[in-house]
Amino acid sequence: MKINSVKIISLLFFILSAFYLYTAHQIQVFTFDEGAPFNAKTFPIYLGYAGMFFSGLKIVLPDNKPIEVDPTYLEFRKTILLVLTMIVYGATILKVGFFLSTSLFLVLSYYFLGERRWKYIIIFSFPFVAVFMYLLHGVLAVYLRDPLLKYIGIMG
Amino acid sequence: MIEGILIGLKTALSFQNLMMVMIGCFAGTIIGMLPGLGPMTAIALMIPITYGFEPATGLILMAGVYYGAVFGGSTSSILINAPGVPGTVATSFDGYPMAQQGKAGKALAIAAYSSFAGGTISAIFLLIAAPSLSKVSLSFRSPDYFGLMILGLTAVAAFSSKGNFLKAMMMCVLGLMLASVGQDTLSDIPRFTFNTMNLSDGISFVLVVMATFAMSEALTIIIKGNDPSKAAKQISLTDLGSIKVSKEETKQMAATIPRSSILGFIIGVLPGAGATIASFLAYGMERNFVNSEEKEKFGKGSVQGLSAPETANNAACSGSFVPLLTLGIPGSGTTAVMLGALLGFGIQPGPRLYETNPDIFWSVIMSMYIGMVVLLILNLPLIPYIARILAVPRTFLIPMILFFSVTGIYLMSFNNFDIFLMIGIAVVATILRLYDFPMPPLILAFVLGGLMEENLRRSLLISDGSWSFLWSRPLTLCIMIAILIIVGWQIYNSFFKKKL
Repeated sequence: MKINSVKIISLLFFILSAFYLYTAHQIQVFTFDEGAPFNAKTFPIYLGYAGMFFSGLKIVLPDNKPIEVDPTYLEFRKTILLVLTMIVYGATILKVGFFLSTSLFLVLSYYFLGERRWKYIIIFSFPFVAVFMYLLHGVLAVYLRDPLLKYIGIMG
Repeated sequence: MIEGILIGLKTALSFQNLMMVMIGCFAGTIIGMLPGLGPMTAIALMIPITYGFEPATGLILMAGVYYGAVFGGSTSSILINAPGVPGTVATSFDGYPMAQQGKAGKALAIAAYSSFAGGTISAIFLLIAAPSLSKVSLSFRSPDYFGLMILGLTAVAAFSSKGNFLKAMMMCVLGLMLASVGQDTLSDIPRFTFNTMNLSDGISFVLVVMATFAMSEALTIIIKGNDPSKAAKQISLTDLGSIKVSKEETKQMAATIPRSSILGFIIGVLPGAGATIASFLAYGMERNFVNSEEKEKFGKGSVQGLSAPETANNAACSGSFVPLLTLGIPGSGTTAVMLGALLGFGIQPGPRLYETNPDIFWSVIMSMYIGMVVLLILNLPLIPYIARILAVPRTFLIPMILFFSVTGIYLMSFNNFDIFLMIGIAVVATILRLYDFPMPPLILAFVLGGLMEENLRRSLLISDGSWSFLWSRPLTLCIMIAILIIVGWQIYNSFFKKKL
């Protein structure tokens, strides 16, 4: 059996399924439900076995068309930067507010992806978010939490 | 019935109601296009507005929004591979590859024609067969539903991509696992929440679909940035192409539309089944109908692969009104929202609705057809403008997709945890995509997870824990045989054609 990336992913899935199955067995059901034909842990237990079955088959059976990804073609730096920017965006959106955090997220994302035309970067960040907020908050009456704009007095 | 149709036409064609259909279709299309905002959100947003109108007018507005949002969802599926609703996931299988080949305009035109045709045919079905068809859905029992869902999952796993059956089945299980997170619907016992309040309500559909489609698609484009083949694909995206559909393509659609309409309508009538199963089954069915040359094109921009789910999901939308209007049982999440609105008007849908409120019953049915016409007139001329979204450079488009995804979740929950969870799922999905693990089976499994467990629960309780329910009813037996044929075919492929 030749080890490749798909086999490793399948092995990880097998471990995940085994952990899922173990956790499914730990689900506390009501005493009167213990011997019932179906209770809260029945379906998850079946799922755990199904996950182990399919991933086990994938590990054991020969892979006739193995897929290998050439790492030299992959843009790890840009992707990691973008994911980190999203995490920071997610962490600040509630505290800093929708307007500033979204605008800064867009500016940074455009920049990290290689955009250097500042005119467009600015247009498609701060004014764009302002218009989007107006449409959602002002026209569609969808609540948008923005402590900063509220503090300044722009938003009610 | 003729009298009813005339009552319906009179109500639906009044100036106010005609305006409502147009406004509803337009607003629905715009909202449905935004990833994360589907028909349910659109209709929910309309409910406070509809209370200012007569019940018939309010329902007509909501029906317009429904159709508009479903069409809008198809548009975002085709253009940015971000289905806002589960019913348009199958549309992206061939719609998005077609857009990547520079035929975005054509893909949108095919979607518009198919939606119109599917909606029109099913509106006629609804008109003629609404009362009698409700009896068909009444004959379905839990084992049949459970079998139907397994059939849907197996079919999608088998058809998702050549040689990916085991990977697709793993994705199905992963989707079902994600769906099982949260409180058990019957006993309220928390499962897989790890004592976190944030997981007690489960993981939302929008979160999973945004993470596995929109976000992971955006991240995949970025991570494959240096791949020469992908670079070529990006350049071709700027070529929007014509919206003209050739004679050959029209011929292909003409064969697909009738059968997909019938299937979509029948599936739509079944309570709980709805547009999602209809579109996936229509996609699978169509793949079986076409010749081997056309079969090869499925997943790579096939006209029939795009037309079938689009026709079926619109046909299912009309079909889902049958149980709502005649039985008072919503056929989908969206019609469940509409049921809530009807109750708000003081109207109890059910078998007596078309006796007590014939104007509402028939005007909704007639407005569906008018809605289809409005959608075609409104959307087809706008297609070249809508398709221009593709001309936006990647440096702007990718952050916009990520922004809409995060905003969609932020608007739903105002919770950092959901945003982090979405980013986590998106990163895992991106890695899985790199190694050709298909995402559609995961989404379908996630959507069906709760319903599947519910129907298995009922079936096992009725049969006192015995699995004989799988073959004790002829209908369930037929469904199980269909599943076995699909699995058998995959095993045959793996042992005799070595494609597993």
